[in-house]
Amino acid sequence: MDLRSKLVLNGARVAFVVAVAAMAAAPFLFSATHIVLLTEFMSMLVLAIMWNLLAGHADIVTVGQHAFVGIGAYAFFGFTALWGLNPYLAIPLGGLVALVISVPTMILVFRLRTAYLAIGTWVVAELLMLAAGKLSAWGGGSGTSVPISIILSFGSTRGDRLATIYWLAFGLAAVAMLVTYFLLRSRIGIGLTAMRDNEEGAAAIGVNVTYARALCFLGTAPFLGMAGAIITLQKLRIAPPASFSITDWTVFIIFNVVIGGIGSFEGPIIGTVFYFLLRQYLAGLGAWHLILLGGFSIVIILIEKRGLWGLVRRVLSDDLIPIAHKPSAAFVTATKAASGPAAIAETQEPASSAFVRLIFVSPGLTMISPTARWWSRGVLLVERDATSALRIAAIHQTGLFVGSQSPLPIPS
Amino acid sequence: MLGGLYTLFATGLSLSAGVMRFVNIAHGDFIVLACYALLLLTTMLGLNPAIATLAVLPIAFAFGFGLQRFLLQHVVGDNVLLVILVTFALSIIIENGLLEGFGADPQKISGGWMETATIALGHGINVGVFQVVTFAAAVILVAALDLLLYRTGIGAKIRAVSDDVAAANLIGLSSVRIYAIAMGISFVTVGVAAGFMSIWTNFDPASGPTRLLIAFEVIVLGGLGSLWGSLVGGVVLGVAQSIGGQFDIAWQIMAGHIVFLIVLALRPQGLFPKY
Amino acid sequence: MTTTAASLLLAVEGLSVFNDKFRAIDHVDISVGAGEIVSIIGANGAGKSTLLKAIIGQDDRVEGKISFAGSDIVGQATETIVASGIMLVPEGRRLFPSLTVEENLRLGWSVGRKGAIGFADVWRQFPILAERRMQKAGSLSGGQQQMVALGRALLANPRLLLCDEISLGLAPKVVNELYALVPDIKRRGIGILIVEQDIERSLTVADRFYCLLEGKVTLAGRPGDVTRDVVMKHYFGL
Repeated sequence: MDLRSKLVLNGARVAFVVAVAAMAAAPFLFSATHIVLLTEFMSMLVLAIMWNLLAGHADIVTVGQHAFVGIGAYAFFGFTALWGLNPYLAIPLGGLVALVISVPTMILVFRLRTAYLAIGTWVVAELLMLAAGKLSAWGGGSGTSVPISIILSFGSTRGDRLATIYWLAFGLAAVAMLVTYFLLRSRIGIGLTAMRDNEEGAAAIGVNVTYARALCFLGTAPFLGMAGAIITLQKLRIAPPASFSITDWTVFIIFNVVIGGIGSFEGPIIGTVFYFLLRQYLAGLGAWHLILLGGFSIVIILIEKRGLWGLVRRVLSDDLIPIAHKPSAAFVTATKAASGPAAIAETQEPASSAFVRLIFVSPGLTMISPTARWWSRGVLLVERDATSALRIAAIHQTGLFVGSQSPLPIPS
Repeated sequence: MLGGLYTLFATGLSLSAGVMRFVNIAHGDFIVLACYALLLLTTMLGLNPAIATLAVLPIAFAFGFGLQRFLLQHVVGDNVLLVILVTFALSIIIENGLLEGFGADPQKISGGWMETATIALGHGINVGVFQVVTFAAAVILVAALDLLLYRTGIGAKIRAVSDDVAAANLIGLSSVRIYAIAMGISFVTVGVAAGFMSIWTNFDPASGPTRLLIAFEVIVLGGLGSLWGSLVGGVVLGVAQSIGGQFDIAWQIMAGHIVFLIVLALRPQGLFPKY
Repeated sequence: MTTTAASLLLAVEGLSVFNDKFRAIDHVDISVGAGEIVSIIGANGAGKSTLLKAIIGQDDRVEGKISFAGSDIVGQATETIVASGIMLVPEGRRLFPSLTVEENLRLGWSVGRKGAIGFADVWRQFPILAERRMQKAGSLSGGQQQMVALGRALLANPRLLLCDEISLGLAPKVVNELYALVPDIKRRGIGILIVEQDIERSLTVADRFYCLLEGKVTLAGRPGDVTRDVVMKHYFGL
């Protein structure tokens, strides 16, 4: 099993690297129509990665991210078309404006919980869209086109322009992926995983839940804004319903990520690919397109919560792009010696709101360390009783592990 | 007076959100779906709108019961994302299905004499009879639900399940069945809301989301879990929108959103919070 | 197990309950007769609550046999099991805080069989509750809440009562009052399966007991037949 699965896994990883390289060199490899398509793909990928980060990792489900996309678009237009700044500069500035607006948004919507928060973001998006329609300099309710001069500054020939805009989109997607990757592997990312599993427990051992969430929410805004700017370059227009389109920048994205696999790194990529394939082959179906996508995402959610990637993962032995940490072999043997195979729980206060502190070393092994502190390369999972602790260990086979630096043996 | 209509939108959502602890994103779309059903009944069968509404109510109950029992029950639970996804997908499906079936043109049902008649309140202020009737209906509906929840056996069971669903299951209350009943009741209110909305204003397949946002704002304004609060919330929102509507359509809707956000900023638990 | 299952109120045979890949209850045999008080003792995590939940029908992954008054109830819905005469007093009381005392009690009455016990009995037994019948259950003290939980279970007129750690978090005086009810319940022919961490108390009141450790029965018998030390040993698995 091991050698074969290792080969498959590494083969897939190599294929992925090759694909990325191909994408980087795309303008030299593909025709103009394909480049246009790929640019769109890259933009949607950015949106998918961001939504997945919030909903899949930080436990913040939003239904209003199109707000920031629209803001980025309108800010970009304002900076270049209205105030004459360098277009290349205007893109990150668009992201900055989105970031600025995300702060009061966050303060408001974080007062709501879960589903209410999601709809709260939707309300904000609606408000911003209507407000954008009031700005006459931006064309009011019907919008306006991007001036030719701006377009030309991206290249004198169409081919050049398409290539430049493509590389901007590709660059943004690449940065988005890298940032997300490092975030998830960092202390904050591990805290997010712990929080996802057991929020009270994570807070009890020192994960700053609010800080992590806020960071994620604010962090996605600039990327969404910049994507909005790039999308404007592709569409060559700004208009409230288009730039702030809930269908294009939120609904499709959500369906894509769900189908691809929420909470995984590979999911958004797969989901966006799937969407584009579907669109190519079902081009003429109009409204049925959305219905199919929606229906399919429901079916996927019911069969395999981890989406298409989850299905692949059933046969693959590890993630394509590993985010989880693994315990060092030395530590494992040391703790194996100290503990036995059975799970034992010791409560400080019987069956009340206090917690049993358990450290997972690997499935089936648990230890107790009342004074354990959170270690930067691992996470402490806190569970109420041994049964749930073992259940969680079984689920997260390689993800979570290890705790304090001086583990205590089980009291006899 | 607009507040009455808005309260009608909101009561169903208040029930499903309060009891089953999830927000049905397709709520607005179900109201629109019911409007189209009423349209069919009034145009094809020539029924009086009031009769049509009454006829739709038992169907609405059965529909809501079935929807919860066979589809939504599978996603109820701690994972709120699933519910959002499923109801979102439902919303899309309904919208597009209606689009395919009826086209995008706005529709409206005629309310006959009631629609145009007015009552003079003195000092030159007139109110539409239909508006008053709608408001009265909202008050009656809220009162009826209040009675149902607090004075009947099934109401106590519904409240028990919304307090602690695991405990209810442990002592033999079938939360599955009670959730379905609650959803059925919620859909009855949807039917009532559709009955009034279809006469009050135009509707088209894409009207759903705006109704949802209105209902959502009403229940958050009024305070989650409070039925009478949503009456107040509806009035507040209605007033805000009426003021905004003096300028233009966009300001009408924006005024509502702004008031909502202000209340959220200052008093996030709503005006009459239960929790 | 030599007596036939039909003569017993509750007969659990070879029961295993699974939590994912982990066996929370491992081939357990337990029996309770009508009017008999059986206590289950064990440390936290030994599987006591899981056992009760499996009996009341709240655990999906169950292997083995649970017979109640002769018929197998594995796989039945909790609603059906409760209606046929088993009622649980859940760990931590689990009342409905926004409902009044009377409404909480009425729920118990409506889910169970109708029988000899009625509201009058509950008010007589718990006069404090009678005074507070319109008060919201969430505002009561721990001991009062436990009385409501017990009253709610009794109003279902069960033939078998399952009590999950009813003394938890309560003052000894209050616990005494609760346990003083046990003989009266026994007299009505209701069987009681008591789960407790407090070994002293549960052995005092029980006719028979089982000791559970890590999902297995390590010791069973009559309280009079064993010494404290033996019980301690099997409680902790030493």
